Amino acid sequence: MSDEQAVDQAADLSDATSAVSPTAYGVPVLDASGQEVLHPPLDRWLETVTALKGDGFSMAIDVTAVDYSAHPGRTDMPEEVEPERFEVVASFIRHNDGRRVRLRTQVPENDPVVPSLFDLFPGTEAMEREAFDLVGVQFDGHPDLTRILMPEDWVGHPLRRDVAMGRIPVQFKDAPAPR
Amino acid sequence: MTESTAAEIRETVPYLGSAERVLCRDDTSAVLRLSEAEAAVLAGNPDDPPTGTADDQRMILNMGPSHPSTHGVLRLMLEMEGETILRSKPVIGYLHTGMEKTAEDLTYLQGPTNVTRMDYAAPLFSELAFSMAVEQLLGIEVPPRAVWIRMLMCELNRVASHLLFQATNGMDVGAVSMMIYGWREREEVLRFFEKVTGLRMNHNYIRPGGVAADLPDGWRDDARRLLDLIPPRLDEYDTLLTGQPIFRERLQGVGVLNPAEALALSATGPILRSTGYAWDLRRDQPYLAYEQVEFDVIVGTHGDAFDRYAIRLNEIRESLRIVEQILDLMPNGDYRTQDKKVTPPPRARIDESMEALIHHFKLFTEGFHVPEGETYAAVESPRGELGCYLVSDGGPKPYRMHIRGPSFVNLQTLPHLMEGGLIADGVAAISSVDPIMGEVDR
Repeated sequence: MSDEQAVDQAADLSDATSAVSPTAYGVPVLDASGQEVLHPPLDRWLETVTALKGDGFSMAIDVTAVDYSAHPGRTDMPEEVEPERFEVVASFIRHNDGRRVRLRTQVPENDPVVPSLFDLFPGTEAMEREAFDLVGVQFDGHPDLTRILMPEDWVGHPLRRDVAMGRIPVQFKDAPAPR
Repeated sequence: MTESTAAEIRETVPYLGSAERVLCRDDTSAVLRLSEAEAAVLAGNPDDPPTGTADDQRMILNMGPSHPSTHGVLRLMLEMEGETILRSKPVIGYLHTGMEKTAEDLTYLQGPTNVTRMDYAAPLFSELAFSMAVEQLLGIEVPPRAVWIRMLMCELNRVASHLLFQATNGMDVGAVSMMIYGWREREEVLRFFEKVTGLRMNHNYIRPGGVAADLPDGWRDDARRLLDLIPPRLDEYDTLLTGQPIFRERLQGVGVLNPAEALALSATGPILRSTGYAWDLRRDQPYLAYEQVEFDVIVGTHGDAFDRYAIRLNEIRESLRIVEQILDLMPNGDYRTQDKKVTPPPRARIDESMEALIHHFKLFTEGFHVPEGETYAAVESPRGELGCYLVSDGGPKPYRMHIRGPSFVNLQTLPHLMEGGLIADGVAAISSVDPIMGEVDR
């Protein structure tokens, strides 16, 4: 991204409502190593994405989820955002000026349900299924929220931090017998 | 075929993206095919009329996961009416090995070993995306020579990957001789990789901070040999396939996608460009040193399987053009950063300094710590935007590593490409998406 673009964006951000931290599209925004990261609360998730779409963001690049249960006390968030166990991360791009934004929303552990973006961006179908399958975040309004990578009868969500790394015991040819 | 055909084909099918490109499709070409019943009527055999209602004839067919045309382990659920595909659903996960989970147990230095096994036809791009994400979090600059080596290797990898596509695409639509030629030329590129990285595939060559080793002596001659060898072979492909009527009828008008659909479905790479939408991260959001080299972004017009074939064929030519420029512009200097935090001390220092030995040991056992934060790095892989979303909690291993696989996302276009087509066209559509299942399932 060029310097002019960065300045433009800074101007963009400052003309929004004056809060403690800068905002864009009415939600707190942070700069993460030069990338624009929006932190909408969960109840404004759809609203923010709708605003982005109306503003020319034509493609949903990525949707994923992170389980932060093993990483308390994160510092890379605006102060007014309350950290929760799960976080859903979505990236969007506007092709005419190449501007990218990333949305991070906090999802509580006791009710991990996020509104689906399928109606706005049909391309998020497989990505939301992957986030559901591996991290266990539900997407409300998704047309076919089923497992996509793991076997259908799998129990649990492997990318949660309380799931141990899997190991398969391997018997080598010359290994001593168990007895 | 006669000697003159190659030149004639050039006349009728100029390079895609050039202004004078003529429409490849006209009213007389076999875009719409006949149904069996219509064919029976036309053949003067009315003894075989269609029976029953349409619902009676509808059936579900499972194609794959072990099927020669599904590029590995893709399974498709097809709703068929006779030979026509109505709805379809790709079923994936047969190659899922939990690489994103594995990444959480590997240090940043071991990370490329893991991600390189995702897209096994273009392994260097996964390594590049991962390394760029780590470097963004570390805030380190990569020396110019490392940047240019990365570009050289990635462009040659794009050539190898697209050659593999030419081979498999030819095989899928029945031009089996193309399979042998595509693999043959790809092997030449892999031979260069073997000389540079030690391996034909799964290189683990691009690492956070630079590349694993400098280019070997004589690399320039080897690269020059490829530049001399491949273009005439590409012209042979033109003779063999591009202007060949059977091949064109097999691909033209098959698997059509329009730009709005491609954007809505988050399709990137040759699929997006085949619809006429010129978007290439190398040009539009230059990383490495792509703003210093000259190349064209190839776009199609119709968004069909033939456009995707032609785009990939011509992207090989553009990549070779970039390699040609890299040969002249390759700077001297370090091939990896001299940041002590990331790069181990040189061998000679270890003999004389205990601290250097300890530092070396720590780097390769514990690994280096990366500051807390999250970032996303994207590169233009042969299949589209390959992104790496990386979260660090300040430790020596990634807290979360997510790869945005272009094949995984592009696969969503498949039901659109196949809808209303024949099952044989479905095979051509799968092939034109060029999915690599290692990256789809990760």
